[in-house]
Amino acid sequence: MLARPERFFEDRFGLTPSTMERLLGSTLAGRVHHADLYLEYRVSEELVLEEGAVKKAARHVNQGGGVRAQSGERTGYAHTDDLSLPNLEEAARQARAIADRATESGIVAVKPAGAPHDLYSLAEPPIAADLGRKLTLLNGVDATARALDPRVRQVIATLGSEDVVVLIATPTGWTVGDVRPLTRLNVSVIVEENGRREIGSYGGGGRVPLDFFLEDDRWKRFASEAVRQAVVKLGAVEAPAGSLTVVLGPGWPGILLHEAVGHGLEGDFNRKATSAFTGRLGQKVASELVTVVDDGTIKNRRGSLNVDDEGVPTQRNVLIENGILRGYMQDRLNARLMGMEQTGNGRRESYAYPPMPRMTNTFMLAGQDDPEDIIRSVPRGLYAVNFGGGQVDITNGKFVFSASEAYLIEDGRITAPVKGATLIGNGPEALTRVTRVGHDLKLDEGVGTCGKDGQSVPVGVGLPTIRIEEITVGGTQV
Amino acid sequence: MGDLLPDLLTEARRRGATEADAFVVEDQSFSAQVRLGQVDTVTHAREQLLSLRVFVGRSVAAASTSDLSRASVIRLVDEAVSLARVTSPDELSGLPEAAALARAVPDLDLHDPTGHGLAPEDKIELARRCEAAALEADPRITNSEGGEFSDRRAHYAYATSHGFLGEYSTSSFSLSASPLAVQNGEMQRDSWYHVTRKRARLDAPEAIGRVAAQRALRRLGARRVKTVEVPVIFDREMAASLLRHIAGAASGPSLYRNASFLVGKLGERIAAPSVTIVDDGTMAGALGSRPFDGEGLPVRRTVLVDKGVLASYLLDTYTGKKLGLPSTHHAARDGSGVTVSTTNLYLAPGETDPADLVKSVKSGLYVTELIGFGVNGVTGDYSRGAVGMWIENGELAYPVEEITIAGNLLQMFQAVEGVGNDLVFRDRTAAPTVLIGRMVVAGS
Repeated sequence: MLARPERFFEDRFGLTPSTMERLLGSTLAGRVHHADLYLEYRVSEELVLEEGAVKKAARHVNQGGGVRAQSGERTGYAHTDDLSLPNLEEAARQARAIADRATESGIVAVKPAGAPHDLYSLAEPPIAADLGRKLTLLNGVDATARALDPRVRQVIATLGSEDVVVLIATPTGWTVGDVRPLTRLNVSVIVEENGRREIGSYGGGGRVPLDFFLEDDRWKRFASEAVRQAVVKLGAVEAPAGSLTVVLGPGWPGILLHEAVGHGLEGDFNRKATSAFTGRLGQKVASELVTVVDDGTIKNRRGSLNVDDEGVPTQRNVLIENGILRGYMQDRLNARLMGMEQTGNGRRESYAYPPMPRMTNTFMLAGQDDPEDIIRSVPRGLYAVNFGGGQVDITNGKFVFSASEAYLIEDGRITAPVKGATLIGNGPEALTRVTRVGHDLKLDEGVGTCGKDGQSVPVGVGLPTIRIEEITVGGTQV
Repeated sequence: MGDLLPDLLTEARRRGATEADAFVVEDQSFSAQVRLGQVDTVTHAREQLLSLRVFVGRSVAAASTSDLSRASVIRLVDEAVSLARVTSPDELSGLPEAAALARAVPDLDLHDPTGHGLAPEDKIELARRCEAAALEADPRITNSEGGEFSDRRAHYAYATSHGFLGEYSTSSFSLSASPLAVQNGEMQRDSWYHVTRKRARLDAPEAIGRVAAQRALRRLGARRVKTVEVPVIFDREMAASLLRHIAGAASGPSLYRNASFLVGKLGERIAAPSVTIVDDGTMAGALGSRPFDGEGLPVRRTVLVDKGVLASYLLDTYTGKKLGLPSTHHAARDGSGVTVSTTNLYLAPGETDPADLVKSVKSGLYVTELIGFGVNGVTGDYSRGAVGMWIENGELAYPVEEITIAGNLLQMFQAVEGVGNDLVFRDRTAAPTVLIGRMVVAGS
């Protein structure tokens, strides 16, 4: 959409680096430890196909700025969607009113923590791609899904694209910007047979151009996966209820990590000592087969960022190494208060929220086992390959994630598909029961959205095939 | 603020729209979080959103912006019109008949003209008192996620190209606390809150804080239970969550897509005779009330389930036409167009004292929290993580966690064996305590 964020806000709103420095300097100078200004301009588009035609389309422009002032543990935050200088000055005054009661004085100079990455420069961002090509893509999805199986009654295909320009400025005069493209194609199908209906959904995307969906006929695969899942579920039997050995397939089942350990390792909960993982750095929290990383630096991934929303370049953070808890994910405030390094995990949904520690792309490293051997090793259990959402209670560590496609394992063989069921476990324990890790690490297709304190951000997950002993499966078959 | 809408709609028609409607919402909000007695985060915000929907013939598209400058508004019109030129026509699309539009905008007492005047320091103090009451309630309450006060005032205006213009203001105030109870290395967090449209009606901060503490404390010593099929009692908050699933399945968009377990069930028995579910958008001062719906139609009271029989769907004009039914005036708006939403949705109270419901259960589960997304709206299959109290011989015996409850929503509603007399409107969706005869509880 444009070359440089600095020029964008200057050209469009007259906000030059020196205006911003003056705004932060004059308004915030005094007794705050940190202050910053976050500017954002977001253009988004959604196209929805249903009943064989694209009948819904919408385009949105959202812009705004947020000023944050921090002293000690206090944060004052004010935001406005009017990017005029007087409005931003008013926001800065409101932010400071809260934060300026610190006992120490002077802003701690924050230096840029290194150069931003270049993970998703696109010749043509997806939002700018020709509308006609997008409609062709959606119509192709519909035709493909309907041709695959006569039981398909409804196809809903959505294509969402956005481009977000951000600029972060601090009173000590450095600014850093980012331009973040993002797109996602989702396919849901309803199938019907003998009065029984089921739904299958599949999709993917990332910080990629529209052509991503055409590469290797990805769009066709999304359509056929959605149909396949829905048809499999038509024949699903009651899921078992109780404690079972579970084999998770590769890719999206990595949502396990996001819920079981990811949130509990975010810096804010650990600084406040409200996480089940509080004070457990250096301790064993998983089987020695388990190494979990959060990596915001993978090219074109949905959860990746050149810099986080505080201007810090993202990095690859090892959270759990061979079963030992190695690190937390941090933003500026929590890193400072815990005396730790920032890790590039300070994120926010938009200018309307202050940042907090969030995940990027969270996954388990591959192990040695052959995935088929892992399944053969289970006398009786559940093989779960697709999931809906998950949730965790940070404090007691209990987490859930809901299987949408799963099968019984009987005598080492995958047998009947079962209905959707929620799996529940205890975060600090669940990964200690991982007994096999496959060599088939796969990242998800690019569909994840994580919610925390009412803020949603795009994330990724990944997993090799793994075997977990004893996890509770919430079926109906006692 | 509604003044800009007629001009915008005229501009949309000049630039090619045959019909159009638009809304603008402007809001100001404030929130203060206090943790362990100290200010943690204070947020001030001022926001606005303008959204336009245009029809070009029978094709439709929407556009929205937070920039209300003249240049931006012209861009908005052009984008919406050019998008509508590429979407496929739909013969059922369009605005509702003019004759059906609300003729007056009733005053539902949704605004608190004086409540927002409180100084930030006083708002912070309310959050502090709320958290302090939780921290002081018991020596085992040793930590906290904080206390929070927030308020928001909004002004909403909606207009159509066939002559409707209505606007109204709303207020909301909320106060909450989230303490941690700690004992023998076990940590449990819970919270309590209150939300109102009038600040003066907010529960006392101390009362909210004390309930939050009790809720966290009663979770200490939680165990797992063996997998078993038993009666399950849903407390009021959790019973309300069941209504949301029914409302989702009864809403027009799910129905015409055949993506609902209530497809074709209008007029059929879907629940026990003790189940009557009502949606009433006209309740004065209530959190879910609105004087007109998202298409300018007057709100009303709708009986969704009448003594167990599915009596109405929840429809806007378009989904109504798709199903061959009139709108039930449940249109709601977001920046992308029209959706369907409930207003004040509730399960009518029964006769039974909730304590008697518990007494009637020999062995079973009393659910106080549900987590996860294990509800299939197409089939009604239901499986969620649960927290609660185990019932033994009619008494709440001990807390339980790391269990799931599972069933199918249609079967669960058919199996309602008791509805409490304890309905209180604490949220847009409310229910009394509910007893469901049998569900599968999975544990160890």
